[in-house]
Parts: sequence; structure tokens; C-alpha cells
Amino acid sequence: MSALADNNGLNLDRVGVWLNDPANWWGPNGLLVHIREHVFYTLIAIAVATLIALPLGLWIGHTGRGVLAVAGLANGLRAVPSLGFVVLLVIWLSPKIHATTTIPGLVPIGAFPYFVVVEIVLVVLAIPPILTSTYAGVQNVDPAVRDAAKGMGMTGGQVVRQVEFPIALPLIMSGLRSSTLQVIATATVAAYAPFLGGLGRLIIDGTQTINDPHSGYPAMVSAGIIVALLAVVADLALIGVERLIVSPGVSERFSRRGSRTAAELELAPA
Amino acid sequence: MNVWTYFRDNQSDVVHWTWTTIWLAALPLVVGLIIALPIGWLASRYRWTYPPVVTVAGLAYTIPSLVLFLVLPGLLGTRILSPINVAVALTVYTVALLVRVVADGLSSVSNTTLSAASAMGYTNRQRLFAVQFPIAVPVIGAGLRVAAVSNVSLVSVASLLGVAQLGTLFTEGSQLNSLPPILLGLILIVVLALLFDVVIVLGIRLLTPWQQAVRER
Repeated sequence: MSALADNNGLNLDRVGVWLNDPANWWGPNGLLVHIREHVFYTLIAIAVATLIALPLGLWIGHTGRGVLAVAGLANGLRAVPSLGFVVLLVIWLSPKIHATTTIPGLVPIGAFPYFVVVEIVLVVLAIPPILTSTYAGVQNVDPAVRDAAKGMGMTGGQVVRQVEFPIALPLIMSGLRSSTLQVIATATVAAYAPFLGGLGRLIIDGTQTINDPHSGYPAMVSAGIIVALLAVVADLALIGVERLIVSPGVSERFSRRGSRTAAELELAPA
Repeated sequence: MNVWTYFRDNQSDVVHWTWTTIWLAALPLVVGLIIALPIGWLASRYRWTYPPVVTVAGLAYTIPSLVLFLVLPGLLGTRILSPINVAVALTVYTVALLVRVVADGLSSVSNTTLSAASAMGYTNRQRLFAVQFPIAVPVIGAGLRVAAVSNVSLVSVASLLGVAQLGTLFTEGSQLNSLPPILLGLILIVVLALLFDVVIVLGIRLLTPWQQAVRER
């Protein structure tokens, strides 16, 4: 702890040097390995969260059922600190998981129970923004449009798939974006579980040797910067996807109307 | 050993950590609001400043809190264990969140209302403080609630770097492989977040008596 207590060498000059050293990128404990793990944890969490939150959000938006309960739950979940949640599950749930699945290069032997637990935390974190933006998007659909779709003889399912979903898509995408940002930031906590990596590994291990020029402060800040870069790249990629899949008639490229503040309030730092 | 026994055995530490968490979450909220009000007003008054302000604010969210806690000692020359890093980082997030909310809240006041105030002889400045800000209170308050809850839970991330506050209960529980400190930390943090929320909701009610009057009618 005494090593942590003084600011000696805690300057950002050496970060550039550290990032310029190829040895810190390649190798078994290099940035590339940790970036790959980080992206993998994020993708799994976002995929699972979308599979749960998107259909549920469409259903809630379409039927109007459970809106209050979901809004309250989403707000309450925001208060739960992810670090505490991870630590709780690592100690309480991981020992009860006996699967020994491994994924070469990503989930090593013995890591699976911890991997599951971290994914649970990330999925729980990712669900509320997608869920709330989906049902808000569906509820924002002009009732006249919905009535017209029904009047044309569309079934409930067709209305959801061909009318409500495409119109709600910009809002859904902004929910997906804020989920992704939060998951990328929070996946650093994964390294607090045994056997797991991700960019948080360099940050959390670094606290033990903070004055070490190799594994200390420069490594921690570098890993942190890469996390922030990953977040920006993911956000830009999702903006690109949004441009591709949102119908031009719906997107605000043609008309500037409608409020997106509901979903943008979902944006919160992680 | 259960949560209650753990709390009694470590009462002085836990109480101390609770106070640290409270001020680490509350101070950025107040400072952030004070900084965000003029910037938000600017963004609503001069529309061309709105897009850049909102974009910069949005970028601030992409910085993970752990990263900000790490980089700030290098920028500010503080020690890595210093709570100042946490307070500054959370202030950045609070400002980023509130700037947009303040701008949207001020812009949401209807033109009819503003014209009526002007016709009654309000100067621009009087109109801003006596009409526009009060009417924007519910919107700004809603943003403040989001910021408060996320601040309380973000403070705990700082325990990864060794800054002592309620999150320390998590790292301690992890090291001791013991559930009670972790449960205690989760309970206290969620309760604190709830308390912050209640205080802000009461504050909004006090500042918007007309809404109460409408409800009672």
C-alpha cells in the first residue's frame, strides 16, 4: 500500500513509451490478447441482452403491459454497483457451477464458472437501456399509423414486425449504443474474477505494482485508454449500422422531428 | 457470521466509509449542477452552441470511470489514493449529463409563456430566473436523479484502486472470501442511492409548488 501512496512517477509521459513498445502488444499477457478477451465478453453480453430485451420491449410497447414495473426496475438496477454484484456472484454462485467448458484462447480451464458470473452481471447491466428504449420507441409510434396498419388487415405480429419495429429502430439503436458503452466500460471488472482477463487485467494487476515502469501506472493508463478507444470505435460502428438498417423515411435524415431524449437519458457513465 | 455481526464488529470503519461515499457522490452533484446551469443556458440561448456542447458531453460518457480515476492523478498531480480524483471524475460525468438536460429543460418552456412574461414587464434576466428556470425544474430534477444514483454506485469502482469508501467492503469480502461485507456494501449503497433520490424528489416538490396544486385539484 505504501507504494500506492505517493505520486512518484504517476505522470502520463511514459504512457506513450509503453504503448510504442511492441512487447506490450504481442505475447501471452499483451494488449492484443486482452483486447480480444474484452471484445468477446462484450459481444456475448450484448447478444444475450438483446435476445432478452428486444422481444420483451416490443411486447411491452405493443401491449402497454408492465411499463411501470419495468421502468422502476430499470431505475433500481442502476443503483446496484457492478463491482459489488460481480464479487457477490463470484463468491456465492461460482462455486455452485460445475461445468468445465473451455473456449480456447478465451475461457481457460477452470474459468467457466467465473465467466458465467461476469456475463450475468454484464447482461443485467445491458438489458435496461435496450428494454426501455425499445418500449419507448414502440410507444412513440403515432397511433394513427398503428391504426392504419390494423385497418389494412395486418395481424398483431405483422404490426409489430413491419410497422412498430422499423419505426422504433432509431430509439432501439440508441439504447443498444448506451448498453454497449456501459458493458465495454464495466467489462474491466471481469478481471476481478479469477482466471479471467480483458483489459481490466492490466489495470487491476497494475495496482499491486503501481511504480513499476513495465506493469505499473503506464500499463494501467494504456489499458484504460484502449478501453475508451474500444468504446468510441464500437459507438461509431453502431452509428454506421444504424444508418444502414434504419429506413430513410424513419431516420431524422429527412425530417427533424420527434424526441429522442427518453433514450438518451438512459446514457449513463459506467 | 451474518451481515449484522459484521457491521457491529466493523462499525467505525463502515460508518466512516459511508460518510466518504456520501460526500464523494454529493459534492460532484452540487458542483456539477452549478457548472452545468450556465453552460446549459448558453446551449439553449444560442442554438448553434447546442450540437457541439451535446457532442462533447456525450463523449465524456464513453470514458469509463476507472480510466478517469486512473488518468486524473497524472493530470492533476494528485496521489492515486486521493478521493479528489473520484470527486473530479464524477463532477465531469454530472456536468456531461446535466448540460444537455438543462438545455432541453430551458428550451421546453413554451413561447407563449415566455411572451406572457415579457408582456408583463419581465426583463430577460428576470424572465430567466423567475419563469424559465422554475418551469425547467422537473426536467433538470429528473436528470439530477439519474446522476445521483449513478454517482453513488460509481464511487464504489474507486475501491479497485484502493480509495477507501463503501466499495472497500467488496474488495474486502473478495479477499476474505466472505459474503457479509459484500452484502452489507450492496445494501448500504442501494439504500444511499434511494436516499439521494428521495431528497431530490422532495427538493423538486418544494421548488414546484404549482404542480402540487394541480395534483390536488
